[in-house]
Amino acid sequence: MEFSRRDTLALGLGAAVVTLLPFSVNAATDDVIASFTGGADMADTGIELTAPEIAENGNTVPIQVSAPGASAIILIATGNPTPGVAQFNFGPLAGAQSASTRIRLAGTQDVVAIAKLADGSFAKASSTVKVTIGGCGG
Amino acid sequence: MASGVKPRVKVPKTASAGEVVIIKSLISHKMESGQRKDKEGNIIPRSIINRFTVEFNGQSVLDMTMEPAISTNPYVQFEATVPEAGDFVFTWYDDDGSVYDTTKSVVIV
Amino acid sequence: MTKPMGKTLSAIALAAVAFGAVASADESADLVVNGDLRMVTRTAAPAHLSDALDEINSGWLYRKDETQSLQTDDFDNPGMIFVDLAQDEWDRVDGSEGKSCSSCHDDVADSMAGVRAVYPKWNDGAEEVRTLAMQINDCRQNRMGADKWKYTGGDMAGMEALISVQSRGLPVNVAIDGPAQSMWEEGKELYYTRTGQLDLSCANCHEENFGNMIRADHLSQGQINGFPVYRLKNAKLNTAHARFKGCVRDTRAQTYKPGSSEFVALELYVASRGNGLSVEAPSVRN
Repeated sequence: MEFSRRDTLALGLGAAVVTLLPFSVNAATDDVIASFTGGADMADTGIELTAPEIAENGNTVPIQVSAPGASAIILIATGNPTPGVAQFNFGPLAGAQSASTRIRLAGTQDVVAIAKLADGSFAKASSTVKVTIGGCGG
Repeated sequence: MASGVKPRVKVPKTASAGEVVIIKSLISHKMESGQRKDKEGNIIPRSIINRFTVEFNGQSVLDMTMEPAISTNPYVQFEATVPEAGDFVFTWYDDDGSVYDTTKSVVIV
Repeated sequence: MTKPMGKTLSAIALAAVAFGAVASADESADLVVNGDLRMVTRTAAPAHLSDALDEINSGWLYRKDETQSLQTDDFDNPGMIFVDLAQDEWDRVDGSEGKSCSSCHDDVADSMAGVRAVYPKWNDGAEEVRTLAMQINDCRQNRMGADKWKYTGGDMAGMEALISVQSRGLPVNVAIDGPAQSMWEEGKELYYTRTGQLDLSCANCHEENFGNMIRADHLSQGQINGFPVYRLKNAKLNTAHARFKGCVRDTRAQTYKPGSSEFVALELYVASRGNGLSVEAPSVRN
């Protein structure tokens, strides 16, 4: 990727360029996934991830994950400086294997959720969330 | 102990035996991510709630690890089964070693 | 930095197109808090404003669905935890006189009912227009013998929110005549005066361009019925003067100090532009 001098001087937006490219999965994300799944395959059904299409503000983005019968779900922000966000471990008295929380996203990126299902297999869901730079309100 | 850290949970006061209830939790905490810099350009060290657990009468409902990408004032909503009367115990663990907790009782009707 | 980077531009352009589709305020949304407290988020403009606007509406209408829903439940509303903390503060003894707010005012719900809705207002004894923050500090310094709070600090914002909650759902109703009139006129003049390198007045954005996008922000009418506001951007309560200071700075002008007579005048005037809307504080915005 070539940067002109003017581009390079543009407030170090290099990181932003990476995060603006959809589907960028970097090495750190791969590590987080591998330590959860041990490298196993991930099905694309069995887990639901709900996230806004456009985040009002990257500081507080509401998301929800749900995977019936799962023992655990991890949440990953593939474009964040450190991709790991949370791991939900569901105990015997969990009423459902689902949870909602609010997360920080550094820029437009894919948010990924992976569930370890009851039979030990894994399922993955992904959602692209657009995060804007903001306006006059700063 | 970080200052101004206050937990808040919304739990129904009554339930029928075996009912699944929705629980909402919030704790006021800055969740300093370790990414920000101060005026001199030094990194402000990470200082977050790193784990949140919920138990009912000693049995686990949820055990959540949190990383710096969880927003300030961590909010978590989830569902729990209430098999009998008892207490929900909510515990938050801070990077600095502090532990915050609150307990809510549920009566069976 | 005027030349956009190739890939950045296309991504932003994509986002801009998406905005065009969802930019409009959610016209049909109704704000009901906790299932039973209905807020007035749109109403006829007050008489003093009727030559400029037909309708006034709340900033709540300009936010995305997810943000709007945060305000519909006192538990989901992240601003309410600061109200809780302020309730503790209300009961806490502070200062040389050994008093807490509750020593004189008892239960906040009784003593402060309807108070926020009429602030800023003229104070006969002090012979000046007072904001809530000025009154709070007056009580602290002169009755509690306590240190005054920073005008836009967390303690003040929390206490303003606690007091505002006791007027929640009531119509904003600040007086613009009588002894408050000259300050109101001053505030009105500030509102319509262009300032800064960008040569913008409050009215340029909030009266002439509400509903449009300014970069990635959906411009509202700039009402303050929802202040103090929990902003997602800084994850805390923000006061009106803190926002005024930021807005003036954003026009690249020398901004005023919170608590200055300019901002007190502006707060009185801007509050009056919302006369009729419900007090929403603590509101949730971006």
